[in-house]
Amino acid sequence: MLVLLFGLLLTALTLSTFGASAAHADEINTDQYDYVLSGNVQFGGEPIEDVLISVEGGGYEAEVVTDADGRWRIGVPDNEETYTVILDEDTLPDGVIVEEGNSETEAEFGLTDSRSVNFFLGEGERVTVSFFDQFLNRFVNGLNFGLLLALAAIGLSLIFGTTGLSNFAHAEMITFGALATFTLSVAFSLPIWLAILIAIVLSGVLGFTLDAAIWKPLRKKGVGLIPLMIVSIGLSLAMRYTYQYFYGGSTSQLPGSGLADINFGPIALSPIDMASMGISIVVLLAVSFFLLRTRIGKATRAVSDNPSLASASGIDVDGVIRIVWILGGSLAGLSGVLWAYFRPGVSWDMGFQILLLVFAAVTLGGLGTAFGALIGSIIVGLFVELSTLWLPSDLKYVGALVVLILVLLLRPQGIMGRKERIG
Amino acid sequence: MIDWGAIFSNAAVELISPTTAAYALAALGLAIHFGYTGLLNFGQAGFMALGAYGFAISTLSFGFPVWASVLVGVGASVVFALILGIPTLRLRADYLAIVTIAAAEIVRLLFTTNTFDALTGSANGLSGYKGGFADLNPIPEGTYGFGPFEYNAYDWWLRIVAWTIVVLACLFTWQIMRSPWGRVVKAIREDEDAVRALGKNVYSYKMQSLILGGVYGTIAGMIFILPRAVVPSNYQTSLTFFVYAILLLGGAATILGPVIGSMIFWVLLSFFSGFIARAVEAGWLPFMSSVQAGQLRFILVGVAIMLIVIYRPQGIFGNKKELAFVK
Repeated sequence: MLVLLFGLLLTALTLSTFGASAAHADEINTDQYDYVLSGNVQFGGEPIEDVLISVEGGGYEAEVVTDADGRWRIGVPDNEETYTVILDEDTLPDGVIVEEGNSETEAEFGLTDSRSVNFFLGEGERVTVSFFDQFLNRFVNGLNFGLLLALAAIGLSLIFGTTGLSNFAHAEMITFGALATFTLSVAFSLPIWLAILIAIVLSGVLGFTLDAAIWKPLRKKGVGLIPLMIVSIGLSLAMRYTYQYFYGGSTSQLPGSGLADINFGPIALSPIDMASMGISIVVLLAVSFFLLRTRIGKATRAVSDNPSLASASGIDVDGVIRIVWILGGSLAGLSGVLWAYFRPGVSWDMGFQILLLVFAAVTLGGLGTAFGALIGSIIVGLFVELSTLWLPSDLKYVGALVVLILVLLLRPQGIMGRKERIG
Repeated sequence: MIDWGAIFSNAAVELISPTTAAYALAALGLAIHFGYTGLLNFGQAGFMALGAYGFAISTLSFGFPVWASVLVGVGASVVFALILGIPTLRLRADYLAIVTIAAAEIVRLLFTTNTFDALTGSANGLSGYKGGFADLNPIPEGTYGFGPFEYNAYDWWLRIVAWTIVVLACLFTWQIMRSPWGRVVKAIREDEDAVRALGKNVYSYKMQSLILGGVYGTIAGMIFILPRAVVPSNYQTSLTFFVYAILLLGGAATILGPVIGSMIFWVLLSFFSGFIARAVEAGWLPFMSSVQAGQLRFILVGVAIMLIVIYRPQGIFGNKKELAFVK
């Protein structure tokens, strides 16, 4: 009996040593980690050898080459993480391609320890997109991004103009719009258009409440501008983690975010992208009309220009500021909804991710000028998207921030600002 | 039942932890910028990242000895301060805030990107650079101390070095703020134009202050990574905000404020999160999960920043006459 047990143990040991050394070129880290991604690259029933497959996710990276049977296996450290599996198209034989957009797929483990990932191959020649076409596509995307930034930036700029506050909590007003839409459409199952409308109204209410509860009392107390800015930083921190408290750290999708792209020549846009640009343009025109043609709009610009003079000429400065906060809140909320579709996804820190870009846009255009913020946003949006033609995409925000610093060096008052604004 | 002993001893440990020392030093740097000179530097996280990466990269990739690695980090932060200062020190205070915050993000993104993976380790960060520092340790192997303060030789060495640096930095700052240089810098905070009228080169003084405080931040960044690994996501804007919370808590224009502020901040934070985590485990707070309990402390930091600025802008140790805020 004992001998038998011992014999079994020995066999087990030999087996396990054998298992560890059996890593071929088609397997990597499978003996090291418990979770395995695997696949079989075939075309028309024939296995394809020497195709490079790479996996990234959660800071982990590995690559492997398929064997004579077209098989590959990659061990990964974690089953909680989502991994991106990439098939390197350049290593496929001539005449075989991956179906468009499928050379990269996301893989998640469910309850199992292994997951198979397959790529759909097809016959055909790889079409390389010309630089000009890529440029055009990025340009339109950048315009879309710039327009949604502009919605947030105009609100931020108006608030700065009328109250002098650099509002860091604007990021959380952006997030609020998206989270409210998400809650209304998913938890209360309202139709998405109604959810968005109510979310925008709620964002306006949030703007009003913040002004009434925090900023107006502080203004009355005569707190300086720098302390106000630090208060807004504290508020931003508190609100952001409150969102995380209730919504968790994950990213969720709004209904309809996965709609397919429609091609217009080289430009690929989803119906959502088109709607987003359309809405942004209409809203921006409406805001311009409000600022240029209506009494309250003119009063707003007057307060922005010189609060004491405006007050002396009978303008209700507090009333104007209240309207600016409501307007700024609603615009930020709308921009949050559009940003949720553009990213895509709703998450607790989504507003904070673009806060610096919004600040960059406002500063570029000239602090406190509404139309400067619009121009600044479009420049920033275009710059972020176009810079991915040359820069790796994880550096795309760097370009826009560098431009911000360079503009401050050359024209500190911003594009539309006046000299007197610099200290 | 709640283990109060563990909660208190975990909180007491933070009193002399190297992290507390690192935040104290970073906050002291900000005190020079913000409290004494009136510069709104929101890029302290960038200075800390440069210190951490400057030290780690020169040790790991170039095999520099400890002193040279420290010099590389300090050199990098001086260059960073010059790049930041040249465009912005002539501008109004809020421009400096936006530019420094942007520059710190640029630094973080450059350390995070896959493009420089070979040097920076991208999102994984770096580790394994502590050998040189540990070799300098004169303390013989073994465990020393009493109660909750029981550490091995490396941990004591780290704590002694960290707090010696903090004490030296405090003494230096105290002396320099009593000197003619310090008086000019404080005068710049109060009224820049008046100082200019006296024939002082305001721009140059501001630049010197930016560099000095930045170097404090850099050295703080090095202390910060000695008990842990370098991870790029540690250097987000929230890091700067936390350092600001510490500075405002202690008092912006004080020497001891940042140090005591850091101690209070970390002890309270540890006490609070220890208490909430155990209360959740014990079922006292049925509506809260343990993950949510972890987030509660960030909400609290945010609220604390707001309350301090509104109700006690001079901090615990500050003097109301010495205005903590410009304008």
